[in-house]
Amino acid sequence: MQHLLNITAATSVLLLILVLVSVRRAHIRVEYSVSWLVAAVALLALSRSSSLLRAAARLVGISSAPLVLLLIAAAVFLLIFFRFSVIVSHLREDNIALAQRVAILEYHIQGLREHANS
Amino acid sequence: MIRPQGANSLLILVPALNEEGAIGQVVRSIKHSMPDTPVLVVDDGSVDSTVYQARAAGAEVLQLPHHLGLGGCVQAGYKLAFELGFEYVIRIDGDGQHDARDIPRLFERLLASGCEMVIGSRFVNYNGSETSVLRSLGIRFFRLVLRPILGKEVHDPTSGFVGVNRKALGVFSRSFPLEYPEIEALVVLQRRRFRFEEIPCKMWPRKTGRSSITPLKSIYYITHVLLGVFVNVLKYERRLHRQHGPAGAPSGPGD
Repeated sequence: MQHLLNITAATSVLLLILVLVSVRRAHIRVEYSVSWLVAAVALLALSRSSSLLRAAARLVGISSAPLVLLLIAAAVFLLIFFRFSVIVSHLREDNIALAQRVAILEYHIQGLREHANS
Repeated sequence: MIRPQGANSLLILVPALNEEGAIGQVVRSIKHSMPDTPVLVVDDGSVDSTVYQARAAGAEVLQLPHHLGLGGCVQAGYKLAFELGFEYVIRIDGDGQHDARDIPRLFERLLASGCEMVIGSRFVNYNGSETSVLRSLGIRFFRLVLRPILGKEVHDPTSGFVGVNRKALGVFSRSFPLEYPEIEALVVLQRRRFRFEEIPCKMWPRKTGRSSITPLKSIYYITHVLLGVFVNVLKYERRLHRQHGPAGAPSGPGD
């Protein structure tokens, strides 16, 4: 039990550092780092506070605290992945619309150039 | 630069990706069948000489900055045609599988029927067009799925030889399925109470290149298209429900 909590805490700290460094180096935009930071802090808090973890276990009606920790971690990451799937889908839509617009504008520019040369 | 000519202005749209071996012949055969009709090849990020071959054969080329997939590629052509004011667009594949001699017949049907879409079908009055076993099974499956949704039989729902009028062009330039668009496009049209017809057409085996369809991709294709069809059905049912209330019957084209 304690070993699992220590590993979770270490992973959370690692995630926190990774996200903060990535934000600082502008590898991740601030708005996309918030989900990861919240998830890392939540997991760190749960793994360091046994009373909080027991309360969470009582809340979901599962007696095993480590299992609850794993379930919460899995649920948090699933939600984050889903959120990013939504964001990626929007970006893909925007990207397609922009690429089509660029192609159409280039076509018009080429037509204007040909008209000007003739 | 292409311009609509006359009241029933027509544009032939040819989506192409790495079709340097076939595109020149496709454009020339279209020009032979429809000498005064502009041909627009939409290049979906080819890395070979497709663009050069298409221009050399006399087509105008709309060059996408990067690969978008078939739906995005076709929609770019629809958008340009709609903006330029074309009344009709006929789409034909760039791999040489469709017979350009069928274009005048499809255009005549588009004009005479008043339908929003006319599909060139391999299976209306079956004409011996060759189709792989896998594709044939897929087509049969989608026929069964689409029949209750469309309210009528569609013999060749995956055909890429399709003519549309300006009404459908307007819809497609705003909203068009981006991957594997043919089947979903039918559902989009039907949900707006648009009509379609099929006419028999010949389809030749691919002349150059290789089909990208593998068994694994076929499973992905079927899953993707099924999901797309049901999403479209649910989306428009909910919209119609909101517009007309639970007991109200829709009276005209949907949004």
